[in-house]
Amino acid sequence: MSATPATAEVTSVAPPRERSRVVLPALLFLLLALVPLAVSFGMPAGWLALLTRALIFAIAALSLDLILGVGGLVSFGHAAFLGIGAYVTGIMITEGKSEALVILPAILVTCALFGAITGAVCLRTRGVAFIMITLAFGQMIYFLAQALSAYGGDDGLTLYEKSTLLGFNPFANRTSFYYTVLIALGGAYLLVRGLVASRFGRVLRAARENPTRVSVTGFDVTRVRLIAYVISGMLAGLSGFFLANHTEFVSPAFMSWQRSGELIFMAVLGGVGSLHGAIIGAVAYLIAEDALSHLTEHWRAIFGPLIILFVLFTRGGIVGMLRKLGSRHG
Amino acid sequence: MNTGLLIVQILNGLQFGILLFLVAAGLTLVFGVMDFINLAHGVQYMLGAYLAVTFVALTGSFVLGLVLALAAALVFGLALEFLVFRHLYERDHLDQVLATFGLILLLNQGVKIVWGAAPLSVPLPEFLTGNVALMDGILYPTYRFALIGSGLAVGALLWFIVEKTRTGMLLRAGASNAPMVSALGVDIRKLFMIVFAFGTMLAGFAGAMAAPILSVEPGMGDTVLILAFVVIVIGGIGSIRGAFVAALIVGLVDTLGRSFMNDLLRLFMSAPSARATGAALSSMLIYLLMAVVLFVRPEGLLPARGRT
Amino acid sequence: MAEPVLVLEALSKSFGALKVTDGVSLAVAPGELHALIGPNGAGKTTLVHQISGMLTPDAGTIRFRGQDVTAFNAEKRARHGLARTFQITSTIASLSALENVALGVQAKAGHPLSFFRNAASDERLNRPARAALDAVGLSERAHVPAGSLSHGEKRALEIAMALALEPAAILLDEPLAGVGKEEGERLIGLLKSLKGRYAMLLVEHDMEAVFALADTVSVLVYGRVIASGDPAAVRADPAVREAYLGEEG
Repeated sequence: MSATPATAEVTSVAPPRERSRVVLPALLFLLLALVPLAVSFGMPAGWLALLTRALIFAIAALSLDLILGVGGLVSFGHAAFLGIGAYVTGIMITEGKSEALVILPAILVTCALFGAITGAVCLRTRGVAFIMITLAFGQMIYFLAQALSAYGGDDGLTLYEKSTLLGFNPFANRTSFYYTVLIALGGAYLLVRGLVASRFGRVLRAARENPTRVSVTGFDVTRVRLIAYVISGMLAGLSGFFLANHTEFVSPAFMSWQRSGELIFMAVLGGVGSLHGAIIGAVAYLIAEDALSHLTEHWRAIFGPLIILFVLFTRGGIVGMLRKLGSRHG
Repeated sequence: MNTGLLIVQILNGLQFGILLFLVAAGLTLVFGVMDFINLAHGVQYMLGAYLAVTFVALTGSFVLGLVLALAAALVFGLALEFLVFRHLYERDHLDQVLATFGLILLLNQGVKIVWGAAPLSVPLPEFLTGNVALMDGILYPTYRFALIGSGLAVGALLWFIVEKTRTGMLLRAGASNAPMVSALGVDIRKLFMIVFAFGTMLAGFAGAMAAPILSVEPGMGDTVLILAFVVIVIGGIGSIRGAFVAALIVGLVDTLGRSFMNDLLRLFMSAPSARATGAALSSMLIYLLMAVVLFVRPEGLLPARGRT
Repeated sequence: MAEPVLVLEALSKSFGALKVTDGVSLAVAPGELHALIGPNGAGKTTLVHQISGMLTPDAGTIRFRGQDVTAFNAEKRARHGLARTFQITSTIASLSALENVALGVQAKAGHPLSFFRNAASDERLNRPARAALDAVGLSERAHVPAGSLSHGEKRALEIAMALALEPAAILLDEPLAGVGKEEGERLIGLLKSLKGRYAMLLVEHDMEAVFALADTVSVLVYGRVIASGDPAAVRADPAVREAYLGEEG
């Protein structure tokens, strides 16, 4: 590189970190896109259903990463949004409205409203109190679903039909279901990534580290966080739509607090705040869960200690380890 | 609705509130003093109940079984502190949440492995069976009175320790300013361990006392844990007084809401829709209460002094 | 004399029984560098917190650019053109120096929260941000994460972040704290170059710097202003010598 003046140089050269953030996600999506092909070449067909489920949870984990990893808000009630999305889907299909273009707006509006109202209360507090309150609101929705006796109550609601999209049936066929979810995940990923890189995202990131500095710079930190909370909730609602169609069943268990805990673990497992880490985390989590639960009915007794060991002894999750492996800036 | 039923339900609400207080008291101190979020606190409650099942059956005596169960709960709690929690105090909340969440998965499953998945029960102690006549025709179980009484006694003891002793003074100071306390030359680790042991005992005691009137089953601690969170948030983090007041409020509101919401809604609704709405509303009632309290007073009703 | 930019009238604040701000009144004119000195525990930082909106005074009013801003919170005061730096360096460690400054530019810009355009490559933010970095001599360090800058560079960065707000007044809370001699001299030079362009309230312990820079000096002792005036007069004031300068030797 020739001796250009410093100011000219800095405008043209992107920081090295930016480049490594393109390669890994691109590889990840390429691999995921090849899965149905691998199945047609002899990979067990059960994998397709498992990975579809994993990608559905990846949308939820990705949405959580926006507030948890990027915004630094430890929300322990994220399964509520997933459950709301699933329930709106289940109820509307039961009532004979199965078109996705009708259901999705309803989900987005419901999740946005729930997010705006609960978020406005939760964000009045910080730290430990925020964790407890999001958990409590999640539990509230769980009990509400249990009390919905018209739609199955405690037993849940079986769907006898799947959603249609513009009259087509993308969810009828396993492969097209997989690709529909993968496209939605890709869209969600690009959206969240764009948000994080935007002016809005910069303020959100800055507020995680130093909210005082951000507010004396003239930003309303609570408002920025609330917007992120609402967007994140809407995306999680989208994953609920897919989940209801995939399991053909919705129940209060979708929004149990353990589910919220699992979502946090997925986001952290992959590498919190990196976005594609949430996708890797969700896939790894669901594969591990599947493998362990085939091994023993007491798989949770193995999984629990694994989580503890993971927290105590690793830093940066899977993405962190990958980065260390290909370390340029260790 | 009649007066007799109302009195019985108020007593039930009080008794529930007392149980919540016993669980919340330890938890709020741990939050306040250590800024440590321990999701596994509910598991301590569950273990108290299970240990009571075992030791009462083993000794044939409720009192002896209770004492042994408490001792065992304490030993187990200290072991957890040594193996896991101790390494989390310096970590951020996210790590604490995850690790203690893992602990819940392990212990809920562990309990299933050791005691089985079916609900168990503890027989009522001989000397506390029977009922007390409140007024003509209205009886209330003696054991539940004993539970309320012992809960209040523990509450009084706790108040005495926190308000009147040197340890209590350090606790209160620690809840508002931990660095200051360690600057005073107090071994903060030791203080943490005392607080932790104490909280564990209280939760275990609550579980053991609840064992004769509730079914003892895996996951029983989870519901109580989340209600204890609601109590702590309403009362103000780190505040024992706040936890006491909020626990009684939550106990009463929840119990009375579940018993009388239908009747209340029937005044201006048809019976089936009152039943449906009532069920939904009464299960959400305390969370709505929490939302209102937080909206008006984000720091809780009776925040610990000096905490901002 | 021109209408003052910042006026404090009888500001008071207590923590329990302790009066940390006791009827403080002072004014800063446009372009004036007003230094606030006083022994440790005099309540200087508490006063800056009240002016910037991070603490609410118990009594008294704060007027800024002719408007009563006492009820405004910190972000609203910042949007009105009141910038500040912190005694303990306060930057966003993981963002680059340029991004830290661009955050301020963004706060001032028309769409502070636009959602989709990439902020890192937005020249409308980066150009003014580079200018501010240039003004404090950090343009070569634009892409270094703020957390990796040297202490003195961080102090300069904080000043650049304040400049990015195009403020009417800047509160500087001990900008020289913890800085070595060489970097200190560079920072004093920087402050000198800003003199006259912004109204500045400077809290500082370094007496040499204060008397080299200030147009006006006020002395705060136990939350109370015991003397105020031009540097030479304050230096000669016997009450000041006894309460403060005397103990410095």
